[in-house]
Amino acid sequence: MSRIPPDLTYTRSHEWLRSLPDGSVEIGISDHAQEQLGDLVFIELPQVGRRLAAGEACAVVESVKAASDIYAPIAGTVLATNEQLTQAPELVNRDPYGGGWLMRLKPAQAESHAALMSAQDYSAFAEEG
Amino acid sequence: MLALLGVRDIEALFDEIPASLRSGELAGIGPGLSEQQLMQLMRERAAADGAPLCFLGAGAYEHHIPAPVWSTITRGEFYSAYTPYQAEASQGTLQSIYEYQSMMVSLTGMQVSNASLYDGASAVAEACLMAVRANRRSQAARILWPRTLHPHYRQVALTTAAGQGLSFQSLDYDPVSGQCVLPQLAPDEDVTALVIAQPNFFGVLEDVNALTDWAHARGALVIAVVNPISLAVLSAPGQWGSRGADIVVGEGQPLGCPLSSGGPYFGFMTTRLQFVRQMPGRIAGRTLDLDGRPGFTLTLQAREQHIRRAKATSNICTNQGLLMMAGTLYLALMGPEGLERVAQACMARTEELVQALCRLPGVRAALSGARFHEAVLQLDRPAGPVLQALAARGILGGLDLGAQYPELGAALLVCATEMRSSEHIERYAQALGELLRAAPTPVPSGPIDRTVSA
Repeated sequence: MSRIPPDLTYTRSHEWLRSLPDGSVEIGISDHAQEQLGDLVFIELPQVGRRLAAGEACAVVESVKAASDIYAPIAGTVLATNEQLTQAPELVNRDPYGGGWLMRLKPAQAESHAALMSAQDYSAFAEEG
Repeated sequence: MLALLGVRDIEALFDEIPASLRSGELAGIGPGLSEQQLMQLMRERAAADGAPLCFLGAGAYEHHIPAPVWSTITRGEFYSAYTPYQAEASQGTLQSIYEYQSMMVSLTGMQVSNASLYDGASAVAEACLMAVRANRRSQAARILWPRTLHPHYRQVALTTAAGQGLSFQSLDYDPVSGQCVLPQLAPDEDVTALVIAQPNFFGVLEDVNALTDWAHARGALVIAVVNPISLAVLSAPGQWGSRGADIVVGEGQPLGCPLSSGGPYFGFMTTRLQFVRQMPGRIAGRTLDLDGRPGFTLTLQAREQHIRRAKATSNICTNQGLLMMAGTLYLALMGPEGLERVAQACMARTEELVQALCRLPGVRAALSGARFHEAVLQLDRPAGPVLQALAARGILGGLDLGAQYPELGAALLVCATEMRSSEHIERYAQALGELLRAAPTPVPSGPIDRTVSA
């Protein structure tokens, strides 16, 4: 049974989004996703400053058996990426909602994540999968 | 089965291929030849090639191949080995790929190599596509390359990159030295990569340090296109300028591969570790198995199309295993000293050839730049008929440069490798001398040399 923190919102492509106090958002992949992918060996993150559209492929996570695209849950500009992941991609497996965060975005519009799934909806969605 | 597929006949399965590309029947060859008849036919056809004395280079070079290369290569274990997908059943193949990669890294002064590509031309195309992916700063997908990069390499890259949004700009060469001339660009013009050919198509050596530093100062990556034999005497691309080249490619044919009327050959590609995930082609890596014992396997496969599909670095999912093996054996047998001797012999022979031919009235060396093992010679009459007459005397005199470089006038690209002895060179000089004396020249545009003897 994978963890799904209730205070985050989720996408159908298994990304999570956390609103930060300063108005920016933090993004990562869910516990379910990291479990499915297996041990991650490499993460390719976007350049800081890049503008993303909602749903745009913006990163790649590579495990021993697959390489998966990560999609921006909302439109925004990349403020920061988790540089620790270059040396330690396994952080995403060990701590997908904390130390395994992928990037922080400045949202293009406020409250744009209202369209994302709640933890409850994501739980139901992930169960079906 | 045809009925099941709902197809009227076998031919209908080939409907997608345009009629203009279908070869139809083989002219003059009846159906159902016996093995004996076929062998006879092939022998007669092969003999038609003759065995001319070769002074032709232009991308493929005749070198001595030590006997153990092909006696080893034709062993069944190497000759018919398939791609080593299953590591536990392919340690020999994988180890030989790893040895090849190690040698190419050492030869080019870079950090990682792939398992080889199809040939030099497609390797250049792949390098351009790779540079566009790897240069994250650049948005332009714009490649600068010299006109003195092999014309076939440019043509293949244009064909390959046509659908991928790359643009290519040609750089001219200095008509006196034959070296590449850098363009005047606005300071903010976005260049993704600069291709440097060393030696260039004319055999001339470029100022690679200046070119490399110019490119890097503009935020462009450097793609080095090099002759592997020349690397025994020239500085390795990893040492060019203050940072070294970023991607190194070239034609591997000179390493243990016979001319074979144009192929098969192999292309090599090496790069820096930071770009390894953008590199196309197979990569063999060394690792430990479950019991902690060393072994080899294909690695970084998430770049390749069987995992990444449309987002793979390339559609290549193979390597030129047999020819790569020939190259590896050649390098192992020759060693650094042997390779250096081959390179120096080639340079000396070419110098000897140029001297011998330029002694003839009506022949002059066109370019003043230092050269490796090829030279451009200008004649006092069209090159085509001269080459034909030489061919009739069993001499491949060189390449007519008229089609690709008309500004050079009547010009030949000549080459002498370590395979051309002084006797061979004397034979060429004699034959050319006779031809030039026997036929009248066209009216000269400059002062007539009245000292020419009849």
